[in-house]
Amino acid sequence: MSRVIRVAAGQGFWGDWLEAPRRQVEGGPIDYLMLDYLAEVTMSILQKQKERDPAMGYARDFVGAMESVFPAVADRGVRVIANAGGVNPPAAAAAVHGAARKHGVADRIRIGVVTGDDVLPRLDQLLARGHSLANMDTGEPLSAIRDRVLSANAYIGAGPIVEALREKANVVITGRSTDTALTMAPLLHEFEWKRDDWNRLAAGIVAGHIIECGAQCSGGNCLFNWRNIPDLADVGYPIVEAEADGTFHITKHPRTGGRISRHTVIEQLVYEMGNPREYITPDVIADFTSIQVEDAGPDRVRVFGITGKAPTDKLKVSIAYRAGFKAVGTLVYVWPDAIEKAQVADRVLRQRLDRLGLRFDEIHTEFLGATATHGALAGDGRDAPEVQLRVGVRSSDRAMVERFTREIAPLVLNGPPSVTGFAGGRPKTEEVVAYWPALIDKREITTQVEMFSP
Amino acid sequence: MRVRLVDIAHARSGDKGDTANVGVIAMRSEWYPLLEQHLTRERVAAHFQGMITGAVERFELPNLDALNFLLHGALGGGGTLSLKTDAQGKVFSTALLRMVLDVPDEEARRLKLPGGGT
Repeated sequence: MSRVIRVAAGQGFWGDWLEAPRRQVEGGPIDYLMLDYLAEVTMSILQKQKERDPAMGYARDFVGAMESVFPAVADRGVRVIANAGGVNPPAAAAAVHGAARKHGVADRIRIGVVTGDDVLPRLDQLLARGHSLANMDTGEPLSAIRDRVLSANAYIGAGPIVEALREKANVVITGRSTDTALTMAPLLHEFEWKRDDWNRLAAGIVAGHIIECGAQCSGGNCLFNWRNIPDLADVGYPIVEAEADGTFHITKHPRTGGRISRHTVIEQLVYEMGNPREYITPDVIADFTSIQVEDAGPDRVRVFGITGKAPTDKLKVSIAYRAGFKAVGTLVYVWPDAIEKAQVADRVLRQRLDRLGLRFDEIHTEFLGATATHGALAGDGRDAPEVQLRVGVRSSDRAMVERFTREIAPLVLNGPPSVTGFAGGRPKTEEVVAYWPALIDKREITTQVEMFSP
Repeated sequence: MRVRLVDIAHARSGDKGDTANVGVIAMRSEWYPLLEQHLTRERVAAHFQGMITGAVERFELPNLDALNFLLHGALGGGGTLSLKTDAQGKVFSTALLRMVLDVPDEEARRLKLPGGGT
């Protein structure tokens, strides 16, 4: 049998199961532990934290995750790749180093830090030189929101991670690396794939896409035959077992719950899919219509046949900006006539908001338990035993949103009857940080790789 | 015969900005051609009328027994701007599975489709 490299997924997003990383290094042999922390708006949250404290700006869960896997990394050769660095990878490295010292393993932890994805400090210079950074969805130029930008990061590929692995890092911390690069990079490194070996690179990207959401490919959030998925309480997170030719298996550790089958893997493959012929990454464009998936034993799926082509000369940039304020208020109306009561309450509320002279960019009403997520497809909700009225407002004017939050509770005593479920108190006003996707020329982005030294 | 889509297919959905994607997957490979035939772009657009403001795109993945639909203008602005419960389009998948297909009896028998749809 040819050489196999095992890459295990330990986090699918910031907030994922804290137990998963340790279970992945203890449940059986793995070579790499991949931890994905970043979603589209995560960078802006981290940027706000960094503004308050320059030593922050990374996913703090990562330090605990590292503490739970230090024995495997320090003594058994498991290497960790994580985009936990957020907007401050050096600070994440310092925190991990501090924890390693506390655990007496600092001499065996070599941390590679990848930077260069952060373009916030260069934004005005880039605009001045004619880069419009227009919104990919709407075409609007960035100048429309320039003064409200909180963070701006280019999605970077596998290259700098490979460089860190070559320099013998056993922990690689990046900022806004693509989720898929975290899995593809170790395969590229181990098998020494050529940088224009498009089919193999695409295979690495597809492997990354399958495991980047953690248990979502191993029985979690899986609709197919969902009642019969075994023991989700003990769900096993996925592992890629890759071979040099680009074929790979998806599996999980023995004696764990969940399921890996052709169906669970395909459900994850179609997740967040755009044009399947062009899954664009910084390293390669993968063709999802080429992917072959077959069952290869219990909780084991073989994936092969993947093709790819050369990437574009652009990188996607993830920009976050302040976009006003919002609040959501809820009340529960109960049988008889639950939905009618909720509808009347909504009308009363809107009349009052109107008479107060409040104007919102958007006001949105839903009836949970009736039509909130499936609309009219769900019927009219006439027989519902209870319906939650859920009203949200959004405005650039914080005071208007604040005033709205005072209009929910009064309805309990001065609106329609049979109402409950207001114990949570007044709705909270929160600032909206919105996402602005843009493109930038690849040659504008230069990444750096350094080995952390305290 | 009336066949409920939820009895012959499963699905998962996600978001990209204000667009929801729904990947719908035949439970058995021999049922995939039914999806291609019945889940036309036009039918899916009609199904979601009133729920989305933009166009519908369809992509075929016969290798995965799957179709991928992009539903534009589905998420009330998308991401954090959206005031919807399902701001990230996570359950547009099951909304699509509410569709009911009209399949000729003979074909339904040949394909051993689960019956009983209304």
